[in-house]
Order: sequence, then C-alpha cells, then structure tokens
Amino acid sequence: MSDAAKLTRKDFTSDQELRWCPGCGDYSILANVQRVMPELGVPRENFVFVSGIGCSSRFPYYMNTYGFHTIHGRAPAFATGIKAARPDLSVWVITGDGDGLSIGGNHLMHTIRRNVDLQLLLFNNRVYGLTKGQYSPTSLIGMKSKSTPDGSIDHPVDPIAFALGAGATFVARTIDVDAAHLQQTLRRAHEHKGMAFIEILQNCPVYNDDEWIEVEDRKQRVEAALVLDDGQPLVWGPADQRRGIRIEDGIPSIVALDAGEDPVSKGIAVHYERHETPAYAFALASLQRPAFPLPIGVFRAVEKPTYEAMLQQQVDDAISKMGKGDLAELLHSGDTWTVTQ
Amino acid sequence: MSKTSKGSSASSQKRTEKLEHVAIRFTGDSGDGMQLTGTKFTESTALAGNDLATLPDYPAEIRAPAGTLAGVSGFQVHFASEDIHTPADHPDLLVAFNPAALRANVNDVRPSGMVIINIDAFNKKSLAKAGYEDDPLPELRERFKVVEIPLTKLNREAIKGLSLSAREGDRSKNFFALGLMYWLYNRPMEPTIRWLEGRFKGNVLEANIRVLKAGHAFGETTELFPVSYIVPAAKIQPGTYRNITGNTALAWGIVAAGVQMNRPVFLGAYPITPASDVLHEVSRFRHFGVKTAQAEDEIAAMSAAIGAAFAGSLAFTTTSGPGFVLKQEALGLAIMAELPMVVVDIQRAGPSTGMPTKIEQADLLLALYGRNSESPVPIIAPSSPGDCFHAAIEAARLAVEYMTPVVLLSDGYLANSAEPWLIPDVEALPRTEIENHTDPEGFQPYMRDPESLARPWAIPGTPGLEHRIGGLSKEEVTGSVSYDPENNQRMHEIRADKVARIGSVLPPLEVKGPSQGDLLVVGWGGTLGAIVTATEEAREAGLSVSNVHLRHLNPFPANLEKVLGSFEKILVPEINSGQLCLLLRAKFLLPAKSMSKLTGQPFLVAEIRAEIDAMLGQEN
Ligand code: SF4
Repeated sequence: MSDAAKLTRKDFTSDQELRWCPGCGDYSILANVQRVMPELGVPRENFVFVSGIGCSSRFPYYMNTYGFHTIHGRAPAFATGIKAARPDLSVWVITGDGDGLSIGGNHLMHTIRRNVDLQLLLFNNRVYGLTKGQYSPTSLIGMKSKSTPDGSIDHPVDPIAFALGAGATFVARTIDVDAAHLQQTLRRAHEHKGMAFIEILQNCPVYNDDEWIEVEDRKQRVEAALVLDDGQPLVWGPADQRRGIRIEDGIPSIVALDAGEDPVSKGIAVHYERHETPAYAFALASLQRPAFPLPIGVFRAVEKPTYEAMLQQQVDDAISKMGKGDLAELLHSGDTWTVTQ
Repeated sequence: MSKTSKGSSASSQKRTEKLEHVAIRFTGDSGDGMQLTGTKFTESTALAGNDLATLPDYPAEIRAPAGTLAGVSGFQVHFASEDIHTPADHPDLLVAFNPAALRANVNDVRPSGMVIINIDAFNKKSLAKAGYEDDPLPELRERFKVVEIPLTKLNREAIKGLSLSAREGDRSKNFFALGLMYWLYNRPMEPTIRWLEGRFKGNVLEANIRVLKAGHAFGETTELFPVSYIVPAAKIQPGTYRNITGNTALAWGIVAAGVQMNRPVFLGAYPITPASDVLHEVSRFRHFGVKTAQAEDEIAAMSAAIGAAFAGSLAFTTTSGPGFVLKQEALGLAIMAELPMVVVDIQRAGPSTGMPTKIEQADLLLALYGRNSESPVPIIAPSSPGDCFHAAIEAARLAVEYMTPVVLLSDGYLANSAEPWLIPDVEALPRTEIENHTDPEGFQPYMRDPESLARPWAIPGTPGLEHRIGGLSKEEVTGSVSYDPENNQRMHEIRADKVARIGSVLPPLEVKGPSQGDLLVVGWGGTLGAIVTATEEAREAGLSVSNVHLRHLNPFPANLEKVLGSFEKILVPEINSGQLCLLLRAKFLLPAKSMSKLTGQPFLVAEIRAEIDAMLGQEN
C-alpha cells in the first residue's frame, strides 16, 4: 500500500494534456479535486474515477488514479459494479447535466436510491458542450440553442430535487470557482457513508457563458446565494439588508429583517441537515432564481445502510451459515443416481 | 411405442410390456400445473435410469385466459432404454386436461397413439372455448386410443374429508394424472412424495399424496388399462447422474467458473424470459462468494458487470435477445477496454418481443456484428442442457486468458429442456488462475502477452498501476487516448488478431460419421439432438451422411475448412433464416445449403431427415 499520509496534489495530476476550452469551469473543479484527494487519508491506488460521456467526463484522464471513461449516461451503473465488487475502493463518479439527467437519468435515480457508497459530482452547466451547444435537461424554458432556435419548450429538471426524490442520503450544491466551499463539500461528501450527490454549478464560457454568474461573482452572490450552514438560520443579504426564509406548510417565503433583529424570533427556519423526512430539503430545493436566493451547501445528510455493505453482509452471512461453498457438493445435491458397469 | 417383449409384473395382476422408448406429453391450462407434472415425471424417470430428453412449451402469459388455446401449456418427456437425443417428434401418449389442450396438441400424437383426457372438463362451453364446433371425440376415437377419465371427480373423491376449498382441492388433480402415469410406466412415486413433503404441509400435503396414490391405484384397478409398460434402464456410461436443465447447468457453470478460476463471481442481470432463472439460481449461491445484482435495466446490468470486471471479479451478465440488443454499446466498450467478462444470451423467438417462451437461434449475427464499427468478440454455443455447464466455464476461461468479453449463445430450448447429466469430476474440471498484474516495473495498461495478446489485468487497489481506460481510441501499449490514424488501424488489427488466435488453441472439430462423403450436416447450439438422430438414421438407411456441430462460432476451429471440403454437399439446419450458413458461404466460398425453421419450435428429426433425403436424391 502506498503511504496516504505523504500524498500531494502532484500525485493526483496525470500526464495528459488538458483539453477543455480556455476558461471552462472544469479546470477549477479539477484543481480543487486534486487538492482535496491527498487530505482524505486514502491510498492513491484506492481511488477510482468513473465517468460517462461529455466535457466533464474527460475528468478521469486528468486524475492520476484508476479511471474509467465509460459510455454515455451509464457511469453510475459501472461505478455500482466496481463498488459492489470492491467495497474498499473510494469511487467517484463524474457526470454532467446531459449525461447524468438525460440519457443517464435512470441509472442516476437507481444508484441514488440504492445508496451505493460513492461520490457523484454532477457538473451542471445547463448545456451540451461536447456536442456543441444544444439545450440540456436543466436548461431553462426559452433557452435558445442550436437545436432550439425558437427557445426550449422543455420544463427543466432541478438536480437537487431529483436527487431528493430518489431518496438521496447526501445532497449538496456548490460552485466551480468557489475553491473553499467546493473543497469543503468534497470532504463532506467523502466522509458521508452512502451515496453523496453534489451538484456543481459550472460555467461553460463557450455555449452558455455566465449562466451562474450571480452566484459565482463574489459581489452579486451576497444577494443571489443563500449559504446553508447546519444549525444557522436561513439568512442572506448585505448586513444592512438582511432577509430570511420562512417555511410554512412546506412553502417558503421571504421575510425582511431589521438590523440586529433575531431571525429565529421572526420565524426564519434554522438549517438542519438531518431531518428524517426530505420535505424540508425539498422546500429548500424549490428556492430558485430570481424570486429567491439560490441555496448553496449541504441540503441533506442522513444515514442509511449502504448497498455494497449489505451485499457483502449477505455473502458473509451465507458463508458463516452454510460454510464456504463446495462445488462437488453442489453438483451432487438433490436426486442423483449411479450407473455401474 | 416399440414393443420388445411381454411379461407380468410382480406388483400387479396386470400384464406388463417392455418398450424401448416412450414419449409422453402433458397438456392443460397454464394454471393446471403441467410444467410441474412433467418435471416430476422426468425426475422419477431419470432415477429409473432411462436416457431422456424433455421439451417444455408454455405461454408467456402467467395466467392466460383459462380454457383457451392461448393458455395451453405442455411438457413433453421422451425416455428410453437406449441413447436418445431429442424429445421425440411425436408423443406416444397425450394427456389433455381440457379441450383446448387436446385441440392444440392432438395432431402431434403418433398415429394410433394414446390420448388420455379429463372428461370432466369436456362440455359444450369448454369445447366452444377451444374452438370445437362439434364433439371431436368420435373422430379422434378413429385415429387414437382415447381414454376418458373423470379426473376432476376422482380427485375430489380422493381428498374427501380434508378441509380444503373446492379451488384448493381441484388443484391437485394433476397429481392424479401423475400417479396414473407412474403406474402405467412403472416409475417410482417416492421421489415425488419426498419432494411434496419438503414443499407442503398439513392438508395440502395430505391431499397431494392421497391423490398421487389414488391415481396409481386407479391404474391398477381400472379396466381402461389392461397393460402397464416397462422401459428398462438405459445402458449409459457409468457414473453418477442427475437430471439437469440448461438454465440450471448454466447457473452452476457460472458458480463453478468462479471456483475454478479462484475469483469472486459477479452477475449483473435484469429479469427477462427465458434467462431469469439463471439469475434466480446463481443468487442462491452467496456462500460461494457470489454477488448478484438485479439492475434497473439491461444496460445497467451489463455496465455493472463491466465495472466488476475492471475491479477484478469474474463478471457475467445474462439476458435474452431484446436485452442483448440493449447491451451492445457497453459490449463495444468492454471490447475497447479489453476487459474479461461473459455475456450470456439465451435466444428466444423474435423479432422484437416476439414469442418469449418459444425457440429461435437467430442472434448469431447480432452477436458477431451487432455493434458499431469492427468489434470482434469470441462466441461459444452449448449444444445440450448439460453442456451449458461446461460452456459457461469455457467462456469465462477464454475471457480471462485473452482479456476479452465473450458471448455465450444458449437458447430457449436448451434453457428449459432437461437431460440426465453425468456429473463431472470437479478435480478434472479445467482450472485457470490468471493472476492480477501487480508489478509496476515497466507496466503499461496495453502491453501484451506475446502469445495470447492479452493485456494485463491491473485492478484498482494495486499500488503503482494507476491508469485510465475508456472508450476513446487507445494508443498501442500505453493505452493513452490517441487519434493517430496508423495507431487506430493497428489497434483494430490487434483486437481482431487476439480473437482470431483463439482459433488455433481450439480442439479440432470431430465429425460424427465418416470423415468424408456425400453430405455433411453442419449445426450449432440446441439443434444437436435432432441433427444427430437424423444423420444416424440416414446412415443406417445406407446414406453417406455425417454431421459436425460447431461450439465455437467465432473464431471457427482451425480445421473447419478442411472438414467442410471433405464432403460433396453441405446442409446447415438452423432455427433462423440461415445465419451460420451465410457465414460459411462467405468465409469458405462453399455452396452450403440453408435449412431454415422459424416456427418457434425445435426441428423434428423427420424434417431434417427429409431434407437429407432430398439433397441426396432419395425418394420419400
Ligand atoms: S464546451 Fe463548455 S463545458 Fe465543454 S470544455 Fe468547452 S467550456 Fe467547458
């Protein structure tokens, strides 16, 4: 085993030349993933990066770990097989809004509901990049793209609500260029036992530039983002213009706060990641621009048994109950008869 | 039924006659328990030491409308004191539980064969439901020995006094027929009683046993059957036997492959007829370290298996035609990534959903060419139910030795048919232990073994071997992404060469019959029994006919061309429209003749025999 304690970012950088467009949000995500990996206490050989097809799915080629660039939309299924075979590996799935939510929506849903202990990073740029600029399942209604010259007529899917609907045990949203928040989210995802779903808002300067500029830009973010912090009230805005989110009957509304006013006394919700029911997280997921600030952070983190652990347990239980399988015994089980000369 | 001698049995006052072979077909509604009845009769018959072959035939619907032709389920069992290879073209005896079953099957019965009907199920309404305008029995009595038994009534009498609902009670009537058959053919009842005891309790157990015995006693006392029959044990190779279906053998082969290769097995599958039984069966063997996963769809099942293979498991996926189509893109990736795994396609009648429970072997070209670009893959096809066991092990062995996905083509006939199977000696089974690559010194993901051209199996978790694989074109040796034109050409050639090299290690084809002559019948897969029987018969009739059966469809064995060239004519019977024939003609430029059947049913011996005769200018 290699010494996990001595690893540095360089150990995770492969010799492949990066092939994303200049200014692509993927660069920042890659750099931050490479920075976090050495801190996780996992030997390098135990990391596996699995991807599907799309700009984001080139990611494994740039990580000096085990990697598998698979087929469009199916990465979660490949990752499930890897993790089922080898529960000790640290498996990371890299996907995008097209790969993960369009062609691969089915696998994403089922991998989430099985609670396979892996980390899934969904790079959401709300556009198809690699195929040169068609609208994606997260593109907003009216988006003009090469395939929708008159504007998209599809209602978009929200990745966070999708993951919650599928029963995700860990759901977070972070931003490509916010190194500190991104790194912290990756660490949280790795700590989580079970499927960790992270939506990363990612800029595609070529086909959908500045889609997330309100939350990427530090100045605008104060108004546009609601940073989730466990145990803290849902409050945002500049110090002299603070507002909070109240949730009544599952319906969020905005409440203005006077300077120095206690948000809790005004009925502002206090963020809590571990609600048994996903209803609260759904309410947060419904907060969309421009009517509301966009929540950034961990929406939900609950514990549930994981798929690969239960599968392994069944194997272990069967062996301790029946003894290690014996082939000759199996072949001779049930009714047999012997023919002699 | 061919009579050989007469005598009298000790257990009965009645006469017994000795027969060499008998074929019985049990038919009824799909709710009447015909598959179970047939299976139990088969088990007892196997224990009696006969050679046997079975053919289950049932509707895809779980409970098709009762009493209709669509809902008829049948199970044919052929047993003999000699070597047999098929379930027989024509049953000697038909058991029909209702008019629909009679109508759907009676014309298959051999002339003046026996037809046993449950007369209680014959009335105006049920006859109409089966599409009979008039009572068919008078006409049938002319052609067959029709025996009318009030099965429903006799069953009710047998269970009188047990507190069972009328519905529950009526369900045991198949055991009355089974008991009667046990008497008629002097089979032991004990295996069935043992099975019942393990399966049921209380009144239901009591009812089934009583009814089984009542059926037996009825045979002994009724005047309807003056004779019972004995089919002596077959003279077969010494050893310990069991009865096995193709799907069970395949499932055990998957488990055995893991043991023989010392690797944990991973099976990813999605439910599909007629492959689901393999998933069910393999899932029972967790104590062999086997992991099975029912995936969300066919693609995920295949993808998970590839993932497990990447992580070092001996990976399988099992499916049938429509599911095999869905797996093709991922199969292309496994070929590109050069990962070892086995894709099992239990072919069924198509196209599209087709007839899920009926037979076809029409996915050969799909397996060979059903992917984008050039994507060579080895193909193996077992030829009997028991052979599915060995084929699974061989497919897995080739996969790991050559680091390639392998396709195993079984079919609905092999899957559900049963035969006595000589249990192999575990010690004598092939062992292949391919070690994971662990040495970082000079490691490259696409370096190759000079003989097999296999790349190393370097699995995650191994220090110093971190590397990336994927579907993009690979640079030779390094495996890095490459768009270099010359490199792409070479990699195509290497992948093709790697699969082709398997051909040189395959055992030479063995011709059954003279090694040269007028006609060679070439087959593959589940048609073996019919072809062997037809060619043997033809040889006995003095014709110069041999047969050869292909287990390896890609690559072909090295001596195939020579074998084909030793005969004047070549006939290729297939349950498709001539797929292997097309390949043979294309590859060897030979005037092979296709014989095609697409009814969803297996070949009859007589059909192949007629074609042989026609090709050799024989009058029929
Ligand atoms: S197309 Fe967009 S997402 Fe793709 S690499 Fe270029 S900038 Fe990045």
